[in-house]
This record gives sequence, C-alpha cells and structure tokens, in this order.
Amino acid sequence: MLKSLFNSEISLGLAQAGIASLIALAVILLARRRNIHLESDAAVALLRGIIQIVAVGSVLALLLKAPRWTSVFLLAGMVVAAGSISAKRAKNIPGAAKISMYSIAVGAGLVTAIMTWAGVIDTAITSLIPVGSMIIANAMNTNGLALNRFRAEVLAHTGEIETALALGATPRATIGRYAETSIHSSLIPAIDNLRSLGIVWIPGLMTGMLLSGARPLYAAIYQFVVIAMILASSGLTSLLSTTMIQAHAFSKADQLVLKGAE
Amino acid sequence: MSSTATRSPSEAVLRTENLGRIVAGKTILSGISFTVQTGELLGIVGPSGSGKSSLLRLLNRLDEPSTGTVFLDDLDYRQLPPRELRRRIGMVMQRPFLFPGDVATNLRFGPAQRGEAMPEDEIASLLERVGLAGFAAQEVSVLSGGEQQRVSLARTLANRPEVLLLDEPTSALDEQSKQGIEELVGALVRDHGLTCVMVTHDRDQARRMCHRVIVLEAGRLVQSGLAVEVLGA
Repeated sequence: MLKSLFNSEISLGLAQAGIASLIALAVILLARRRNIHLESDAAVALLRGIIQIVAVGSVLALLLKAPRWTSVFLLAGMVVAAGSISAKRAKNIPGAAKISMYSIAVGAGLVTAIMTWAGVIDTAITSLIPVGSMIIANAMNTNGLALNRFRAEVLAHTGEIETALALGATPRATIGRYAETSIHSSLIPAIDNLRSLGIVWIPGLMTGMLLSGARPLYAAIYQFVVIAMILASSGLTSLLSTTMIQAHAFSKADQLVLKGAE
Repeated sequence: MSSTATRSPSEAVLRTENLGRIVAGKTILSGISFTVQTGELLGIVGPSGSGKSSLLRLLNRLDEPSTGTVFLDDLDYRQLPPRELRRRIGMVMQRPFLFPGDVATNLRFGPAQRGEAMPEDEIASLLERVGLAGFAAQEVSVLSGGEQQRVSLARTLANRPEVLLLDEPTSALDEQSKQGIEELVGALVRDHGLTCVMVTHDRDQARRMCHRVIVLEAGRLVQSGLAVEVLGA
C-alpha cells in the first residue's frame, strides 16, 4: 500500500518507520493500562533510534567512498560508545566504563581482527562495518548482562561474602562463584541464538544477503559464521569484564565496597 | 584454642583510639576509645542504630575507619595484612551464613584459606566443644537456628582467633537456643581464656554474660565500666 503512495525510497522508508513506531507505541499504551509505564522511555528510545540509525546510514553513504582503513576508526568509536552504554548496568562499581570499553575492545576487536585476517570478513567498508558493529553490539549486550548480574549477585550475597572475608578468605575466593554465575547467565542469549538459528529466527544479515541476491545456502552458512563469531566475542568480553570487575568490588584492604545503602 | 598463653590476664590485647566512621557525610561513629583485656568478655550495648555493629565491623576491618585506628597487641592493625588480621580477630555474624555442604566443610574453610588442612580429630574436638559432637557429616541445610549458630561459632574458632567478635549472636534464636549459646560463649571465655567482644541490644544478656560493657548512643561512647555497675545489679 505504502509503495503506491511514495515515489522516493527515503520517503517510503520514513513512512515505514512511522508505522513500525506507531505499533510499538500502541503496545506501550496497552502496557500503561496495566500500570507499566514505559511511555517516556520508549518514546525517547524510538526517537533516538531513528536519529542514530539515519545518521549512521548517512555516514555509511559517505564512507562507501572513503579508504578502507577509516572503518577502524568508526569501529573504535562504536567500542567507546558501547563501553559507556553497558557500564550503566554496573551502577556503583568504580571503573566499570573503562573495564567495559577494554573488554569490548579486546573481545570484539580480537575476533573481528582474526576473522578479517582469515578472510571471513571482507575488508570492504560495506562488509566490515555492518559485521563489526553486530559483533560489538552483541558484546555490549553481553557485557551489560554480565555486569548487571554480577552486581545483583554481590548485593544479594553480601552476608556470605563478608562472612568469608571475616574468615580470612581472599576477595577472589569469596566472589568467584558469583562471577561464574554472571558469565554463564550473560551468555545464555548468545547460546540460545545459535541454538535457534534457522528454526526460530532468520537473522537480518542473512535476509539482507538474500535480498541482495546471494545464494541461499551461502547466506545461511555465513549467517552461522557471524552468530558463532558473536558467541566467541561475547564470551571473551564477558570473561574479561567479569574478571576485571571483581577487583573493583573490593578496597585495597579487602573490604567489600560494592554494597547497597549502608 | 586461642593464643592467650603468651599474654597475662588483664593485659590489653585490643585497643581503639579515637575510632570513627563517616558514611556519605553522615557520622556513624565518633571518638570511640576503649581497651579489651585478655580473657574478658566485653559487651557493647546500646539502642538500635547506636553504631554497635558498625563498631564491631571496624574492629576486624570489614569497614575502614574514617578516623582513629585499632591496636592489636600494640600494633596498628593497618600494618597487618587484612587476611592475617581477620584470622587473629575472628567474627561471628548475626546470621550464620553457612556455606553449602556439611558441617566439616564449613569448619575447614578458614584454615583452608591459608592452605592448612584441618584433621578429623580436631574437627571432632571443636564440635564437641560447641555441643555438636557427631555433627561433622551433617548437611548444614537441615540444622536448626541454634545449631547453625554453633557451627558458625566453631567455624570461626577453627581459625584459632586471639579475639572473638560476636554480633548479636542470639538475636535470631528462640529462648532455649539463646540460653545454650550464652552458656557456650561463657564456657569458652571461662574455661579456655578466650577474649570476646559481644554486641547485644539486650541489657539483661549483657549483665548476665559480660565482665565489662561500653554503652553507645548515637555513635558515641557514653559510658563504660563493670557490667554490674553500668547496667545495675
């Protein structure tokens, strides 16, 4: 229906975005009737989302003509933003932003670098940026989940942790199993994505490849490659950030500093 | 059990000097100075929110003092590695927080942190001392509140502390278990020369158990002396 109303691709896209947003807002209003107030958060998120993605689309349009090495800077910018966003899940943990940035940079960066070196990811900006951003975004989500769970586990087990400290345990010994739980739970979405691939969902990249004329079998295999890369980078990110954040939960005198209100 | 052999009774093992704690601009404790003599049971009493538990946490450095310090055997405790300090000044929390597994696993925890294995006969002897003979293989999840608190006490004693801190150890227990713990702590002090500092909001309990008491009000030490004199006969 929309296609007959809009001649230009941009106008059509904006109209499609408008309809998708209206449906999302309708659901938010439905939630409001059950006293779940997401209106302002959802409205801001939708507005931010469309502005950000249009801005990135515009930048990509410019970058298509730029030299390949510029993609490294763009990906680095994404890592900084991802670190800062996911660190918000680790309220009251000092140094969370720095740790998140470092973990995402190493987790996503190492996997992207290896796969690019191996020729799995093409060095063309049109390939490196979308695939790299998918890996960074998923590393960001996993990092946020890991830090959030770690914080919740520590707050829920303050008594056990301080009891162990009072018995002469090292901070790492008191907190180790909560860190393990955090890593495990943060990777559940990535593992479930891999498990349900093709059965429950056909991810965007494969859809895009099919729409642009790639052979379905290759598109399917490449999609598996991307999801496996996401699992690898997310796992490494979660492992690194949870390992590093443990030290920040304690003072130099082995006192638990990550606590609720005292 | 404790390392009191080298110290004579009435010698100060623990001394606080102008101890204070400020959290987010709010003064929790201020200007607390007192001594703990070897082999005595010192009570810290006061109403809820007076800073009793906060003071106890400063004594084994679970929290950092904002002012002043604590001397253990005349040594500023900040000069000791925290893990060594916490072994020497053991603490029994208000809630036992037992680790999953059996009783013996809990008792072995402290020594294992220093790479020491605790022999079976030592576990048996310690359990007998706290009135839980034969409980070594018992799962902690099936223990009563009073039994759990006894395991918690034995677990701290397994570290052979020089001073034992007790944070309201009977507040969550029924009358019978409370009496049992009181008798047990009394016996440890009387028969084994253990030095104890106990927080309690129960003035009758403090009068029954303690040699001396300090009284806190709004984070300040307002009175100290023999329990019978401060709290009345």
